[in-house]
Amino acid sequence: MGETVIRAVDGVSLQINAGEFVALLGSSGSGKSSMLNLIAGLDRPTSGSVIVQNQDLAKLSREELAKYRLHVVGMVFQSFNLIPSMTLIENVELPLRFAEVDRGRRESMARGALERVGLQARLNHRPSELSGGEQQRAALARALINRPKLLLADEPTGNLDSHTGTEIMEMLREFNQTLGMTVVMVTHERALAERYARRMIFLADGKLVDNRPNSPFQSNQPAAEARR
Amino acid sequence: MKLPDLTELALRNLRESFLRNSLTTIGISVGVASLVAMLSLGTGLQQLFTRRLAKSGLFDTIYVSSRREMRGMGRQEERNGPIPGQSRILDEVARVQIQHLPNVSEAYPDIRFATELRFDDKPHLTTVSALPQSAKSNDAFENMQGSFFSSETAPEAVLQKSFAEELLGKTPPLGAPEPNVSELAQPLLGKELVIRYAQREVTPGETPATGGTAGGDDFAAASYSVVSREQKLKIVGISDLDPESMRGPTRAKVFLPLKLAESLHVMQPTDLREISRAASDQPAYSSISVRVKNPSQIQGVEDAIKKMGFTTFSILDASRSLQQVFKVLYAFLGIFGSLALAVASIGIVNTLVMAILERRREIGIMKAIGASDADVRKLFFAEAGAMGIFGGVIGVILGWAIGQVINFGTNIYLKSQSIPPEHFWAVPWWLVAFAIGFAFVVSLISGLYPAGRAARLDPVQALRYE
Repeated sequence: MGETVIRAVDGVSLQINAGEFVALLGSSGSGKSSMLNLIAGLDRPTSGSVIVQNQDLAKLSREELAKYRLHVVGMVFQSFNLIPSMTLIENVELPLRFAEVDRGRRESMARGALERVGLQARLNHRPSELSGGEQQRAALARALINRPKLLLADEPTGNLDSHTGTEIMEMLREFNQTLGMTVVMVTHERALAERYARRMIFLADGKLVDNRPNSPFQSNQPAAEARR
Repeated sequence: MKLPDLTELALRNLRESFLRNSLTTIGISVGVASLVAMLSLGTGLQQLFTRRLAKSGLFDTIYVSSRREMRGMGRQEERNGPIPGQSRILDEVARVQIQHLPNVSEAYPDIRFATELRFDDKPHLTTVSALPQSAKSNDAFENMQGSFFSSETAPEAVLQKSFAEELLGKTPPLGAPEPNVSELAQPLLGKELVIRYAQREVTPGETPATGGTAGGDDFAAASYSVVSREQKLKIVGISDLDPESMRGPTRAKVFLPLKLAESLHVMQPTDLREISRAASDQPAYSSISVRVKNPSQIQGVEDAIKKMGFTTFSILDASRSLQQVFKVLYAFLGIFGSLALAVASIGIVNTLVMAILERRREIGIMKAIGASDADVRKLFFAEAGAMGIFGGVIGVILGWAIGQVINFGTNIYLKSQSIPPEHFWAVPWWLVAFAIGFAFVVSLISGLYPAGRAARLDPVQALRYE
């Protein structure tokens, strides 16, 4: 019998520059989420390299990858992934606990992040008491709390209606423009990508099929590079 | 993650599945309770025995006698004359010297003699012994009817139960039940008893001979005279102690206060020999009982007395082997007590493995937002440790309560058997600390596997898990 090797992402070589807003597009099973997990340091390539800020994630230890996820990357998911037993402020504070930030500073930072996404009235609510849009905003606040260079969003609007989805997308754009964060968003909604991303990368069956700019201007600073 | 954060998150997680974690914690506490119960029984029994033995005076007493008292050797020495520093006479000078040795609480002569006592004008022949005031705390007099001597010189007597029976003519036939001490005390307490004895009186002007042969009677006759005397005594107490028990100085049927007995200058068997060597009219003793302040100092005091040239005897070795026995008992009880805790530790493993399955997604989220393997491992360790500490504290309280109940119950039983109540249950502080610490360590060990498994969880798979 033997095992069949399934290559989720195969032979993809691409470069993402600092400050870019990139959309990874493709149908389900195209390998776009696997691509994102590689950039997030949640997964490791079996071969090839993922270079972010001049360090190859494939060569980092588990401990170093955790540090990378903590300080360099912020993540937003389709299903929000807030911890249900914690209030919003506790959820947002959680990365600061891992980063061993002082207790006193933690609360004001979390409060500030939640105010930024307009949830100052919901600090002590649990995720289940909130709407989907509010939960995703809280997840955004959590992603921002450690001031990451790279914001990775996996179908951030997938569970939201179009109105709240737009709200979230506006926020992503705002962070990209005002905080200079590089945003990599996985989506299968082409319209959304066209409206917000500056570059669109199309994947199918784990292979890169198209990579084209969506807007006339581009930064020349390479920030993240994935090759396979 | 820092310790306060870890603790906070761990406690929060424990609260989330309250019922399951409570049940696991109860399991630990039952284990700890059984351990505490077993070990406190061991400690209590040891304390009980040590207390009893200390009271019996066996373990803090050294019996000192002159070397001449030793068989064979004594005879030879007498023939060869005294060897200085080797065969000292056990006289008052020596007694005071011993009394002033460090760690000695008292040194008193063992005065014992057979004599005739008159009660209701009927003569009774018996053995009389003298007791110091400190003997009052001896457990032999615990169930005494009446009171102990009012002073060391009071003309008072305490009777042994069987002698009281003899005086009243109530000696039960062999095998018949013993009469109650209080029944015997009723007609005897406060009554008068006359003791007739032979007093030794040194004849002035004559120099006692030194050295000599074994036939000391001639010398004795030459150095002092024997006068017959009488002394009235008031019966103040009846003791139910067994005269055949292993209590050196108390193997007599009538007891007198020590100072009173000394002032009587009763002829003692040793006088005949010792007086031939005594340079003055200082009394000489056949033996002295030396009580040390603490049984642990007995060896040092014994050595010091031996250096002075006397023979000593103590039951030090017996106490050593007793400690050995208790060590084995401890280990035995400890192993049995730990069994329940071992079972409880399996409960911890089970609970935490369940928690991993339940919180798989949560672990994935934490890893995605930056938790390291070590953070996740420590979090599970903290949960296991917290259950251990809670279980330990509850278990100690439970074990203590079980001990109290059993102690209470047993004492009710002892009371129904008219045996005095005992406190054979003790939970010392070290046991409390040890039990909680042990529960904590056992929990951490149980957490080893679940924590490792949680830490190794692949975040991508964990996040996919619904």
